Amino acid sequence: MAHDAQAAAVGPLQQVAGDFATDKQAFTVPWGKAMMWIFLLSDTFIFSCFLTSYMNVRISTLDAWPNPSQVFALHLFGQDIPLILIAIMTFVLITSSGTMALAVNYGYRRDRRRTVQLLVATAVLGAAFVGMQAFEWTKLIMEGVRPWGNPWGAPQFGSSFFMITGFHGCHVSAGVIYLLVTAKRVASGFYDKRGSYETVEVAGLYWHFVDLVWVFIFAFFYLW
Amino acid sequence: MSEAKEGQQHPLTVYLWIWLLLFVLSTFSYLVDYFQLQGYLRWSLIITFMLLKAGFIVAIFMHMAWERLALKLAILVPPLCLLILIGFMAIEGDYTFLTRGTAFLR
Repeated sequence: MAHDAQAAAVGPLQQVAGDFATDKQAFTVPWGKAMMWIFLLSDTFIFSCFLTSYMNVRISTLDAWPNPSQVFALHLFGQDIPLILIAIMTFVLITSSGTMALAVNYGYRRDRRRTVQLLVATAVLGAAFVGMQAFEWTKLIMEGVRPWGNPWGAPQFGSSFFMITGFHGCHVSAGVIYLLVTAKRVASGFYDKRGSYETVEVAGLYWHFVDLVWVFIFAFFYLW
Repeated sequence: MSEAKEGQQHPLTVYLWIWLLLFVLSTFSYLVDYFQLQGYLRWSLIITFMLLKAGFIVAIFMHMAWERLALKLAILVPPLCLLILIGFMAIEGDYTFLTRGTAFLR
């Protein structure tokens, strides 16, 4: 508490200068959390490079870019609904982000049962997302989309699509495994023995990041 | 840092409200496509909803709003240099487009 009062007295920038320049631990968070944030920062750069290269090929191609609204439409209830599968995937991922946030919260309350239930629910929603993505890939491959061409226009569409959504799908799949391992450890009382549930929050950071990346992919690849 | 509370603990209602808000914003961004808005209106709406969603996820779900300024700056400032990359690649893309236009289209 003395620390906070002191920080309030010196102002935000002096606080930052103090955190970095004093001969002590720079970030007052558990090391796992600081390292997860730094990993996510590097991952931000990877996904940004993919999205920037996608922007570059889309600007520079002479062919018309396939209309994602029609490419990702599904024929449901006797009519073509534009982009519906992607919308459902977006809602599934946001739902999983919500259950993850609640899991972190219940972890800190030491409610093991609830935490495990919410973590497993998050993992199930993540697996559902990957399943829908597999369906989407299958559908597009059947329709003739390849990394080097497609029936509707600019050949770069396929390579951008498979690269960006494939890499994101790998992140979701890894996240599902990560969450299940965390859930198993919560269930076994591992974090109670350790006396800290901060690892659940760190797993949450990864999961929210996966959702965050999807927000950008949804905006730039599917809606643009 | 108080000893009594570990990590980031906040009332459930905060998460539930943000969750609802993310649903609403996602619906809005889907409706942009559903109603086939085009041009600058479409792009500005897409970007606005995207940034709002990203902001709420990072600030509330990832607890960045409650972290110390040192961590905020260390994580949120470096990505800004991506703007330079995006700017350069946009210029380069336009140049390639024009070059291809003059070379392949007569």
